[in-house]
Amino acid sequence: MDQVANYLFQIGFSFSIFILISLGLAVIFGMMRVINLAQGEFLMLGAYFCTLCTNAGINLWLSFILSALAVGVFGVIVERLVIQWLYGRIIDTLLATWGLSLLLVGGVTTIFGPQTESVAAPLGNVQVGAFGFPVYGLVMMAIAVALLVAVYAFWRFTRYGLIVRGTMQNPTISAALGVNRSLVYMLTFAFGSALTGLAGAVLAPIVGAYPTLGIVYIAKAFITVITGGHLPLIGTVSASGLFSTIDGIVATVSSSVIGEMTVLFVAIILLRLLPLGITGRMTRGV
Amino acid sequence: MSETAAEREVILETKALEKRFGGVSAIAGVDFALRRGELRCLIGPNGAGKSTFFKMLTAQIRPSSGSILFDGRDISRAHPHEISRLGIGIKNQVPDVYDGITVDENLWLAARFRHGARAARAKVDETLARLELGGIRGQVLGQLAHGQRQWVEFGMVMALEPEVILLDEPTAGMSIEETNRTAALIREVNRTTTIVVVEHDMQFIRQIADIVTVFHQGRILAEDTMARIQANRDVREVYLGTSGLA
Amino acid sequence: MVHGILAMQHPSERPKWWWWVFVAGLAAFFITMPFHLEIFVILEMSRFFGMAMLALSMGFLWGFSGILSFGQTAFFGLGGYGFTVLALNTGETTGSVFFAVALGAAGAGILGYFMIYGRISEIYLSVITLVFTLILEKGIRATSGDQYVIGKVRLNGQNGIPTVPQLDVPWNTSVQLDINWFFWVGAVVMILVYIGLRLLLTTPFGRVLVGIRENERRTELLGYDTRRYKLGAFMLAGGVAGLGGAFYAISIPLAHPEMFSLGRAADVIMWVLVGGKGTLIGPIAGVFAIEHFKGWLGTQGVGQVTLVLGAVLILFVLVFQRGLVPSIGSLPGLWQDRAAIGRRLGEAAAQARRPVRRRGQARRGSGA
Repeated sequence: MDQVANYLFQIGFSFSIFILISLGLAVIFGMMRVINLAQGEFLMLGAYFCTLCTNAGINLWLSFILSALAVGVFGVIVERLVIQWLYGRIIDTLLATWGLSLLLVGGVTTIFGPQTESVAAPLGNVQVGAFGFPVYGLVMMAIAVALLVAVYAFWRFTRYGLIVRGTMQNPTISAALGVNRSLVYMLTFAFGSALTGLAGAVLAPIVGAYPTLGIVYIAKAFITVITGGHLPLIGTVSASGLFSTIDGIVATVSSSVIGEMTVLFVAIILLRLLPLGITGRMTRGV
Repeated sequence: MSETAAEREVILETKALEKRFGGVSAIAGVDFALRRGELRCLIGPNGAGKSTFFKMLTAQIRPSSGSILFDGRDISRAHPHEISRLGIGIKNQVPDVYDGITVDENLWLAARFRHGARAARAKVDETLARLELGGIRGQVLGQLAHGQRQWVEFGMVMALEPEVILLDEPTAGMSIEETNRTAALIREVNRTTTIVVVEHDMQFIRQIADIVTVFHQGRILAEDTMARIQANRDVREVYLGTSGLA
Repeated sequence: MVHGILAMQHPSERPKWWWWVFVAGLAAFFITMPFHLEIFVILEMSRFFGMAMLALSMGFLWGFSGILSFGQTAFFGLGGYGFTVLALNTGETTGSVFFAVALGAAGAGILGYFMIYGRISEIYLSVITLVFTLILEKGIRATSGDQYVIGKVRLNGQNGIPTVPQLDVPWNTSVQLDINWFFWVGAVVMILVYIGLRLLLTTPFGRVLVGIRENERRTELLGYDTRRYKLGAFMLAGGVAGLGGAFYAISIPLAHPEMFSLGRAADVIMWVLVGGKGTLIGPIAGVFAIEHFKGWLGTQGVGQVTLVLGAVLILFVLVFQRGLVPSIGSLPGLWQDRAAIGRRLGEAAAQARRPVRRRGQARRGSGA
């Protein structure tokens, strides 16, 4: 019984991390087709903002929201300065955002130094039999699920979500219908950035903030979104579910690195079997 | 000719061929048969499914159901490179060539596939002579006029020495003079090769066609000689309000 | 002629006599270096040959077959570790160098099979290769425990394996190369790889690869099984990267997880991009230019080198898209070949205007 609870916790915890790190990328890469290799650094910025806010005495939950807003604004700046010149030039986007990634890692190291800034993890532990589980882990799962539902509802049911989905499918028609394409792209990029910033902030209490934080998660995030396929949300959720189950189990019986490597190999084999990703054959949904 | 067209063997055939994109059927059950040595024309309004049909014959698009038989062999699950090896060559609607390299290198890549090094060179020379493109062999293809690029692509398909050649809008963007030359070229190649042409230019079709197949909404609407097709009421109806079948 | 050497406008043609003169000059340039340069410069430059082979593998793959693999460092690292582990176990280095090549090629073969035969899009391929090298890095970094031993060799996790043996003389393994001899061997191997790849482009295999880069669908419709050619090129590049990894590990001398890292992967892109994609000499020039620049930056006290590199990368993408060598190389041709340059600019503009490409491609296919 305890062992089952332990596995369930590991899988759930792993799932929440997969969802948190992939959701912003699912918007920016999955929907907009912008390969943002600096995505991990957006996560890192979110974590730094969170530590700055809490160090300034701001309440942790409020710090999450401030971090999301800050990284969202940062996303607008990046989109205007770099990304907007590169839409449709996929390889160039990839190279430029890689440059951005290096720039951010270098810049943050210059300002804050290479050491880890930490945020105290709140809420303590809850005991189930022989195992103690951090309550904050359970909160992360709740946040991940809440974010998923919110993003889904936003895309599916709001007018803005409809405009965005239409524009991403056919920019020319949207422009002909009077949609300001440039604005839609900018806001969507900002939205994806804000989600990533929030994820970084939520991760901060468990991993802290350090310049190379992004590199740890970027690989996982990309394989999740790629394996998900062309429906960014459904794809990300299903790929996260699959990978977190594998990761949770393998990591519990061996080590987290082995868990991650197993996930990668499963992802590569999946791409041979389903080159278009898990949602490759689905035609409806987001 | 000693035998009539109807007596010659069927070389390419489709049975109940279908392709659905999402909920839409681009090709909705096509039974098509082509006999060796034919020069067949496919016509039909935009969106009738002609190009999709061509792409399915050459494995660029997988059929949703139905079968494609070439020389009696089912090729509906083949890869594009196998199609060429079996002997079907295609010129796609949009010129599908190597714009960054020279005319000579374009033809060489086609010729080299079937021939050894020396024979490939000879084949390139022969094709250049046939197309009267010798003067521009050293030029990078992307710098040439649209009509010349079309001919180079036709030349590449010829250099493969296929048994069946599919030409998707071979005269698009050509002047009247160029179109006439293309018609002559197609008739000449047809002496040794079976050819299917998709075209919109009725003048051109009258110049070359034996039998015309009319596509409409993913189906074959009619199949007959050009004269009878022009008199066909269904066909006239389909074309009314579009380009008109003059 | 300058144009031809640098930019190699017609790579499928047999190189002319002056290309051989150029290569001989290059070889002479490197071979005479130990006679008039300080030993620490020679030591420093020895590192560049392994990197240059890595750059060549990327330049060949990206420039001539159109495959953008961000994870060439994976095969570079595999080569470095493969050489080190085998050489330490067997006490012999020549066979171990070949093993490094084979390991790089095999790694590329396995990864490439799944990606290329799965027909994933080029962009996914780029990301997956990057993910692959990052995961390998993580894996290697996690091998610090005593249980991670191959034969007699401890993998040592974060710290890497510091006891990489120097190359020995193939017919007398008790004699090791000295600093100058290692420099010469490195230079010669690099130049041989360069010549080999250059000549490969004139073969049918090379020309088909260029065909695939230009238009993969047409190449398939001509009957070539493009997957086999792409996998072949990918494996070849993996082997060359593995070779570079062995030379690099010997030169520093350390087999370290850093060889797989994102930073190193970014370096490769920089070398090729700055030196010039679509040439083979460009990537080599890129290594020497960038690594020199980095060394200089390090002494200028600008703090984080990556900060500057990142800015340079963004600048290169936004401003000089073709890299230094082609840009310099096309100067002499400017007045002869204005039309072509104008057309290229036009293409770039057209490409920039093109809307984001997506599922619409399939729709276009069904258009008529």
